[in-house]
Amino acid sequence: MAEIWRLGVDIGGTFTDLVLESSKGVQASTKVLTTYNTPEDAIITGLQTVCKQVTIQPDKISQIIHGTTLATNALIERRGAKTALITTQGFRDVIEMRTESRFEQYDLNLTLPAPLLTRDHRYVVHERMDANGKILIPLQKAEIDALAERLVQFGYDSIAVGLLHSYANDSHEKMIGRALADRLPDVMISLSSEVSPQMREYERFNTTIANAYIKPLMKSYLSRLKGRLAKEGAYCPVFLMHSGGGIISLENAAEFPVRLVESGPAGGAVFAAHIAVSHGLDRALSFDMGGTTAKICLVKDHTPKTARTFEVARTYRFKKGSGMPISIPVIDMVEIGAGGGSLAHVDSLEQIRVGPESAGSQPGPACYGRGGTAPTVTDSDLILGKLDPAGFAAGSIPLYTERATQALDIHIGSKLDMEAVEAAWGVAEMVDENMANAARVHAVENGEDLSEYTMIAFGGAAPLHAARLCEKLGIRRCLIPQGAGVGSAIGFLRAPFSFEANNSVFMQLSSFDPVRVKQLFADMEKEASAFVRSCDQDANIKTEYKVYMRYAGQGWEIPVPLTVQHITKPDTADYKACFEREYEQLFARTVAGMEIEITVWSVNAYTEPPEVRPVQKQGHQRTLETTNTRPLFDPAKSTFVNATVAQRDAVKDATQIIGPAMLTEDETTIIVPSSRNAVACGDGTIVVFAKLDGGQT
Amino acid sequence: MSRPQKMKNARKKISPVALQVMWNRLISVVEEQAQALVRTAFSTSVREAGDLSAGVYNETGEMLAQAVTGTPGHVNAMADAVGHFIRVIGRSNMAEGDVYITNDPWLGTGHLHDITLVTPSFREGQLVGFFACTAHIVDIGGRGFGADANSIYEEGLYIPIMKLANKGCFDGTLQTIIRANVREPDQLIGDIYALSNCNEIGHRRLMDMMTEFELDNLSSISDFILQRSRRATLERINALEPGQASGHMRIDGFSTPVDLNVTVSIETDRILCDWEGTSRLDKKGINVPLVYTKAYACYALKCAIAPDIPNNAASLAPFEITAPENSIVHALHPAPVALRHVIGHFVPDTVYDALDKLLPDLLPAEGAGCLCNFQVSLRPRSDKAAPSDAIRAEVLMFNSGGSGARPNLDGMNATAFPSGVMTMPVEATEQVGPVIIWRKELRPDSGGPGQYRGGLGQFMEVGVQAGHEFDLQAMFDRVQHPARGRRGGSAGAPTTIQQDNGTAMRGKGKQFIPPGRTVKMAFPGGGGYGNPRARDMDAVRHDLIGGYITAEKAAQIYGLDKEEIVAILADANAVDI
Repeated sequence: MAEIWRLGVDIGGTFTDLVLESSKGVQASTKVLTTYNTPEDAIITGLQTVCKQVTIQPDKISQIIHGTTLATNALIERRGAKTALITTQGFRDVIEMRTESRFEQYDLNLTLPAPLLTRDHRYVVHERMDANGKILIPLQKAEIDALAERLVQFGYDSIAVGLLHSYANDSHEKMIGRALADRLPDVMISLSSEVSPQMREYERFNTTIANAYIKPLMKSYLSRLKGRLAKEGAYCPVFLMHSGGGIISLENAAEFPVRLVESGPAGGAVFAAHIAVSHGLDRALSFDMGGTTAKICLVKDHTPKTARTFEVARTYRFKKGSGMPISIPVIDMVEIGAGGGSLAHVDSLEQIRVGPESAGSQPGPACYGRGGTAPTVTDSDLILGKLDPAGFAAGSIPLYTERATQALDIHIGSKLDMEAVEAAWGVAEMVDENMANAARVHAVENGEDLSEYTMIAFGGAAPLHAARLCEKLGIRRCLIPQGAGVGSAIGFLRAPFSFEANNSVFMQLSSFDPVRVKQLFADMEKEASAFVRSCDQDANIKTEYKVYMRYAGQGWEIPVPLTVQHITKPDTADYKACFEREYEQLFARTVAGMEIEITVWSVNAYTEPPEVRPVQKQGHQRTLETTNTRPLFDPAKSTFVNATVAQRDAVKDATQIIGPAMLTEDETTIIVPSSRNAVACGDGTIVVFAKLDGGQT
Repeated sequence: MSRPQKMKNARKKISPVALQVMWNRLISVVEEQAQALVRTAFSTSVREAGDLSAGVYNETGEMLAQAVTGTPGHVNAMADAVGHFIRVIGRSNMAEGDVYITNDPWLGTGHLHDITLVTPSFREGQLVGFFACTAHIVDIGGRGFGADANSIYEEGLYIPIMKLANKGCFDGTLQTIIRANVREPDQLIGDIYALSNCNEIGHRRLMDMMTEFELDNLSSISDFILQRSRRATLERINALEPGQASGHMRIDGFSTPVDLNVTVSIETDRILCDWEGTSRLDKKGINVPLVYTKAYACYALKCAIAPDIPNNAASLAPFEITAPENSIVHALHPAPVALRHVIGHFVPDTVYDALDKLLPDLLPAEGAGCLCNFQVSLRPRSDKAAPSDAIRAEVLMFNSGGSGARPNLDGMNATAFPSGVMTMPVEATEQVGPVIIWRKELRPDSGGPGQYRGGLGQFMEVGVQAGHEFDLQAMFDRVQHPARGRRGGSAGAPTTIQQDNGTAMRGKGKQFIPPGRTVKMAFPGGGGYGNPRARDMDAVRHDLIGGYITAEKAAQIYGLDKEEIVAILADANAVDI
């Protein structure tokens, strides 16, 4: 039987990562500099490289799974198409008025992010639905035709349609969609009832506009990519990773490109989830730290936590509220401006601050000697002994300790009367504290206690900071898997084909309508399954059902999982019992006698993931003996300690290394502080664990 | 190497790095505390609009950190609150497992609708600190949320500072009394438990931190925070030229205009705001307890002078706020105070009227000021038979006018200042009851003209489904007194309110709307900054293309060439403005 080759491709801000695997696992991987104007170029270069590594022709590849930051970047950089919005009369400014609040309360010179479309590109029609989808003002065909006639003159590439309460009744949006397709056949149309059929007009309209705005760009890129791949002989189907951690077809991605936003980080979370499965972890904290940002995500019961909205393109120090809301199913993660390149400074309160500004790859940290003079996290890591100045990137990038020292002295030490080491300690502690705080708040928002979690750390800077983060969060064990540098691309290859259909039909349990509920689920299941079937003709399709419920008057719903029984024989009492069980678990106490309501209905259809071979649980059998040591600063002990140094490869199956220690790799180092030991598992994963735990993995 | 050794020795008195980390941690602890409240509270004012606060205190009741949430109105109120609880309950009477409660407008945050809970934090039997939190709840009985009461006794249930829980045991009698006095007992009791849980979460995180850093008490971290904050705040104040200036603003009030007068004095180590000359109490519930005046005056000063210094006892102390007793900004018991925000939200712009004379080129022109909130009480029509599916419902909406133009920036359109709460989505509001919001969009020409234009207000039109009638409880100002411009900038547009058939309505109070009628409202714009004729012509063109200003104003006020206007409009895609 011929080998099945699959290719994972992740276009990131700096690098395009490619991973080629066979049934035996990852066989080749490469990093190519991203080619911004024609992103497909880097993919083709990378494709040729990995194919050469394993000596196969591209036509042997049977599947390509692709994720990209292109959609996100187009939104951040406002490089979208000429786009118009058609909306309900009286609501022309929904995307401009936002929540009517200021996301930073003490800044008198605050500027709010500009809406994607200026006011002159927002058109209105005379029509109105009520909250139940009943038509209050019927839409006249003549009015749409007249509007379409006007739109022709202005040469739009793309049009978004967002009408009030269209999640409850889409007939007016459909009518407009048909009329525009007739009159403007070359213009791309996005209807809010298709892109994001959820209550809350600001989020829905904005999501629809974002979709329309990037659709011409993404559609053109994807079709070019397909052509170029075919030219190389890679005729296989190309699938796209979506923000929710599943896979959709290239055609669907071109129709709903907003679903590709943040697909790269989503791949990282899927990667972590896969590691969690193979190591039998029910509660895992995915920690992905690169050059500019750190991403943190809860992976519970082998599934990354998901949400129904998130914010893209935050304009003000990653501050909540300073971006634009996108309501699509997403993997719920916090992203903060904390990476190896994050810049440190001293503020007016004489506090050390780190990030969110980053030195990036140009000029880079001071120690790279490429012209950077401001201190970064990497500079501090070097001073604290976490990086070997001679051994970084296998010696190909020399690190200049004296430049790091100088940067820390000038910008931190001299202002706080600290020597460079203490300043470096302060910078490292601040960045670790920032990440720990973000993780804590994220956990609280989700009602989770992090001390029951195991960390899975990947991305270039994560191994340097993971153990300290664990100390701060009370996490006892941290896994550092192999291939951590291309984690997202590997994650793409682990994702199931999936589609989550959502519907915002509002229903109170006191007026529960079983017939309607049955129909609702049937329609959504059909939609979701059809999607998945179009990606994979044969696989067994599984479905999960969920409703979002709350007490009447509450603003936050909680997700309530349902079984097939609840779908085929919907019953009020069952729904109530399910809700109360979940509520009690989250908030300890239910409230008797209150009306309960359902706000969102959800069906997730997905292909079953391939079975994962569990990694055998094992303790250590040997302890690594070596006399090779280097001084390493241990923040928990507030002092330098003598740390054992070994290559990552030196710890093999069940060989333990006693902390303080450092395991070096090409571009990073796994730090094992005094409080911890480390051991290698059968799959090459390094486990850094608290000494009291005895090393059971 | 001598340095690590030195650090090790310093560990006994805690290293500066550890103290820096702990300060960050405490701020994160109160953010977590606030987040837990948002997740578990029932009132929409907390969950949707963010009308809440949370803070951590040392054992003497000094606030060390406060969560940044939707309302500056709690800023000082929270800083003072714990001191009142210590005084009333008595330190010797405090035990582990206790929870204290009040909604006293004068010891809490200004009206009966804010519930404050305080929890003492014990570590190994020793009192080490406190956690406090406040939330704006939906109903506290009485006449309901509005301006119509003549005294505090009509405004609802009054809970003096008392124990809600004694050594872990919750007071059943108190809960029974609360339940019997309010319209939504389950929600209120649910909210009280949510408040209690949020303090508990703060306490647990604090204990984790104290274990990690081997602390027995908070004195070293408390000294560190308060000293640094005080030093930084004083540095800012002392960098200013000393001086004194007065500010004034006249606003609508309930039935007679209200004059707000303030004198701001910049001195060494402090800034004083004195409200001598301000109007006396109003007969209706728009009076402001001093604690709320202090909060907004401090907020205004902090935004102007020290925006990046976190709120705590030391960073707030140098700002001293005084007012004559029973002036409208220092209402004493038993004055009615339910809508204290309607006047209180004008405090910052009045302070800025004075401060602008001392610190030119820093402060914005006047803005819409108070939130443009209204409550709709719907019921089946009473003039003839109503359809069988007609129902009763209460719907509250928060909305904003425009903010004032800044020295180098336009004002913000339909964005709250000084309040920080959010509006509710129209689709969500219409799910609550058979209300129909026919219009909610920007109001062209409402931004005060200037080199920098005031933020636009908004139009709203509200009606109900067929077969219903309703009362509209109006809470608006700036009908007679629009936001004034600064440095040659002009005033923003005033508030207007009427029925769709032209029937006049008042800016405040409960008013009946018969079946079939709607209410049309136009909320005020912010004032402009600088001479309109100095406005960048590209900005004028942009405003014209977007319909933020009309052709008429572009020509008349900004002097845009008439032929160019015709050309721009012929080219523009702009639909009906």
